[in-house]
Amino acid sequence: MKPTPSQTVGPFFGYALPQAGGGDLAPAGHPDAVVIRGFVYDGAGDPVPDALLEFWQADPSGGLDGQPGSMRRDHVNGSFPGRDGVRFTGFARVATDADGHWAIRTLPPGATGPGRVPYISVCVFARGLLRHLYTRIYFEDSAADPLLASLEPGRRATLVAVAEPGGAHRIDIHLQGDRETVFLEFR
Amino acid sequence: MPDTQADIDREIADISTAVAKAVAGGEPEPEQPLRDYKPYRSTVLRHPHQPLILTEQADTELRGPVFGVTDVTELDRDLTRHGLGEPLGERITLTGRVLDRDGRPVRRQLVEVWQANAAGRYAHHRDQHPAPLDPNFTGTGRCLTDDEGRYSFTTIKPGAYPWRNHLNAWRPAHIHFSIFGTAFAQRLVTQMYFPNDPLFRHDPIFNSVPSEAARQRMIATYDHDLSSPELSLGYRWDIVLDGPSATWMEEGR
Ligand SMILES: [Fe+3]
Repeated sequence: MKPTPSQTVGPFFGYALPQAGGGDLAPAGHPDAVVIRGFVYDGAGDPVPDALLEFWQADPSGGLDGQPGSMRRDHVNGSFPGRDGVRFTGFARVATDADGHWAIRTLPPGATGPGRVPYISVCVFARGLLRHLYTRIYFEDSAADPLLASLEPGRRATLVAVAEPGGAHRIDIHLQGDRETVFLEFR
Repeated sequence: MPDTQADIDREIADISTAVAKAVAGGEPEPEQPLRDYKPYRSTVLRHPHQPLILTEQADTELRGPVFGVTDVTELDRDLTRHGLGEPLGERITLTGRVLDRDGRPVRRQLVEVWQANAAGRYAHHRDQHPAPLDPNFTGTGRCLTDDEGRYSFTTIKPGAYPWRNHLNAWRPAHIHFSIFGTAFAQRLVTQMYFPNDPLFRHDPIFNSVPSEAARQRMIATYDHDLSSPELSLGYRWDIVLDGPSATWMEEGR
């Protein structure tokens, strides 16, 4: 069957898609929690304040079963209380702020099999993006990963988060330009 | 001088002619919008210049997040019940199935919608055009597909609204849809349109899908059997998710 075409998420998703605690994958106070953060930039190098990012990853043991509860709702009053503070759902969703900045707090993904290099899958939506873009966040540049190994070093670096003083991992997404992020297509 | 609608119409026609020529010359008919579509001005600095990297379907992209009854309440599918009173406008019931490319139902996955109210105004801080907000309509809803892949919503038919792409730019009435498949690589965000909208031929977002047949797949059908007596008008719209399906993995799940 022929697919339904994609259309832009537009500028007005902000009151519908992002939810309370959408970027807080790690249970509160978990000792292994890491912050991953960055900016989204357009082809002129300007920050993109109306992007929506989704993240999906294995749990620390490499499990990909996922858990419900990423957008937990209160069935009494319909509000969004956020996650239950225990389950690791593997899914995060955050919008960029007015500076084009985003951050998530998560547990590091585990390897999904022997010899696999862990990564986080990312889906990028924005006003002006008629089709969303897929990319990945790795934590080390490893030749053991077939995707990283297939790219020349300059482009490979766009997929690898860099540890910052303070403990966060920084990775920026460039939609276009000299430092354009590697975006993926799956077949 | 801002671009006029005539400028945009001309650009839309030129690209459409160029695509038709390429298809006549043996290129496959495009099923998706062009990422670099100048009539929609915001695409210019926001589409990658490098080709996408064709990657083996990997385990993470072949699975996806799980949403369940904790994420959705029973009332979420009825957007007309989120205020204290009745929203203004034409009440509609909207239903259809979510399928993968092989026609298999996409079961128990999250469908989210958001839309303008009957006057064409979003309940969004940055929508400041002079149309009234409706205190009884927020315009967001969600549901999980059933075992046949079916979703359903009760809502209000949204109004057309102006935007600043060019002078006198108006979007045809639409409902935004966000759908999860069984794999992360099947993710879809799109817009559903209503039949026979006179704004279709002027809208760069709608026309960014350069094939007429593909554009038709974004338009719902009026279905009288779905209309409820003295309550609502019925529309049907089926959704087919692109991307590799994870159905082959389901047995091991
Ligand atoms: Fe819209």
